[in-house]
Amino acid sequence: MSATAAMEVNAEARRILAVSISKLYASRTQRGGLRLHRSLLLSLVMRSARDIYHSSRENEGPSCAQPTPEEPMDTGSNPGELTGLPEPQPEPQPALNSAELASEEPDSAEEDSDSEITEDKENLSPTRQSRKRRGKASAAPDFLPSKRARLEPGEERYAAPLGSCRAGAGESLTALSLNRVIPAF
Amino acid sequence: QGVRRTQRPPTTTFSDIISTVEFNHTGELLATGDKGGRVVIFQQEIENKNQPQFRSEYNVYSTFQSHEPEFDYLKSLEIEEKINKIRWLPQKNAAQFLLSTNDKTIKLWKISERDKRPEGYNLKEDDGRFKDPNNITSLRVPVLIPMDLMVEASPRRVFANAHTYHINSISVNSDNETYLSADDLRINLWHLEITDRSFNIVDIKPANMEELTEVITAAEFHPHQCNTFVYSSSKGTIRLCDMRVSALCDKHSKLFEEPEDPSNRSFFSEIISSISDVKFSHNGRYMMTRDYLSVKIWDLNMESRPVETYQVHEYLRSKLCSLYENDCIFDKFECCWNGNDSVVMTGSYNNFFRMFDRGQRRDVTLEASRENSKPMQVLKPRKVCAGGKRKKDEISVDSLDFNKKILHTAWHPQDNIIAVATTNNLYIFQDKVN
Repeated sequence: MSATAAMEVNAEARRILAVSISKLYASRTQRGGLRLHRSLLLSLVMRSARDIYHSSRENEGPSCAQPTPEEPMDTGSNPGELTGLPEPQPEPQPALNSAELASEEPDSAEEDSDSEITEDKENLSPTRQSRKRRGKASAAPDFLPSKRARLEPGEERYAAPLGSCRAGAGESLTALSLNRVIPAF
Repeated sequence: QGVRRTQRPPTTTFSDIISTVEFNHTGELLATGDKGGRVVIFQQEIENKNQPQFRSEYNVYSTFQSHEPEFDYLKSLEIEEKINKIRWLPQKNAAQFLLSTNDKTIKLWKISERDKRPEGYNLKEDDGRFKDPNNITSLRVPVLIPMDLMVEASPRRVFANAHTYHINSISVNSDNETYLSADDLRINLWHLEITDRSFNIVDIKPANMEELTEVITAAEFHPHQCNTFVYSSSKGTIRLCDMRVSALCDKHSKLFEEPEDPSNRSFFSEIISSISDVKFSHNGRYMMTRDYLSVKIWDLNMESRPVETYQVHEYLRSKLCSLYENDCIFDKFECCWNGNDSVVMTGSYNNFFRMFDRGQRRDVTLEASRENSKPMQVLKPRKVCAGGKRKKDEISVDSLDFNKKILHTAWHPQDNIIAVATTNNLYIFQDKVN
């Protein structure tokens, strides 16, 4: 997988994320109130785009020569194999980090690394917080609006405790907006 | 035989966007609801029905304001007056009844005709003024005299305050006593006579809303089995529930789901697999679902996959990103069966609508627009060029107008008459009588 392909995927994912977030903000002022169905679909797209964004950024990094998963895979699946859809996970986990994330392969060149990494997510979600976000925490995604999210009446802003299973500080804005999409009702 | 249609001129131009279209059980009446909360009912003029040149005309029968905008002070939210669904009750007496709903409140409307009025009161004049009692010297019985037909709509029941989320469906039960209403997370069962309570029969709200993964998108009662209903989800699944099993139908009796084709995965796979409409066939053996790109027919006895799948506009699959940006990917198309369940119909963009003949395995694309059809003209089938060389008369995908969408269509329960709603206009087409 080339660095160029990773950058293209990265750019695409960023664009979709930016579009999604602007839709999310726009939907707050729309007549009739927030639509749960639409908000859910937006959050699903944002999750997928965000995951692709991060996985393609990883592959841009020092190990861009070959995609190395940061954790050994327990499943023993082949790199190129797509094992179909993840099963819905019944255990209560923060929606962002749950194993319900769809595996996305927007570019066939990405297939190997993505399927490995997404299979990782599917099967090892509880330990996911130990991966990658540390390295990216310092670089806040630049597609996000500069001001913090305006809260709905009754919402409270909470600080993600360090070492929790939530994303790192730099990701907190993304994490907040995705988590709060649904409970905003 | 050729699939030929003649067009009636658009019977009326709405100032507001049409949001639902529904024939009644005989097809004599056609109700439309719009974004402004109004209901307009058209009546079929049945003249010369046995004549070879028979053309049915639908004329405005009644217009009334069903819902008004409201404000939820607790949540600081405006409640839209847009009519999401209309469902007719089977006719039991001279009056007609229909249910109309917006996001939060369902209303039962009685539509009745008045063609006589009383005349000759003892105590008041014909214009309503009271007579001077000293001038009354005789006693008479008032008589009913004919008058110009007046159609009155009056709200008989208001079913309110039962839905936290936005109502997407209502469905009258075959028992003609109960009906269901569904919002994003819950389905309630009502008795038509009782407005101050309803039974919750489905609740998929998770304890922690952050765990929410799917919502209810549509629900319908079985046409004959009064204990059976289905509901579809944003994940592309349909659940069939039997109310005899338990009071709360959270456990489905059947789950209809087709495994996804992994080669079609994209950022938008979840959005396009969300089901926007579910409709039982008239015979009750099949149901049809509509997702963004296709129509699927399911045999109620087979849960593993649909028995038929029809691509509505597959050429849009490569355009999903643009359709996401312009919000079209969130459009909710409806679908409908013809009277004998042999043909299904659904809408698309550019004012196109599609019909799929199940038995003859043929499909056609037609267009509802003033420019392209005149009264009594036969509609010409249209074709979209997906790629490569565009033939004459074909339309390329890039020149489709995505603002012109047909979301709502309805088919007369017996005859080959269809109602197609574009954004502002209602078109009524009928099969050409040879």
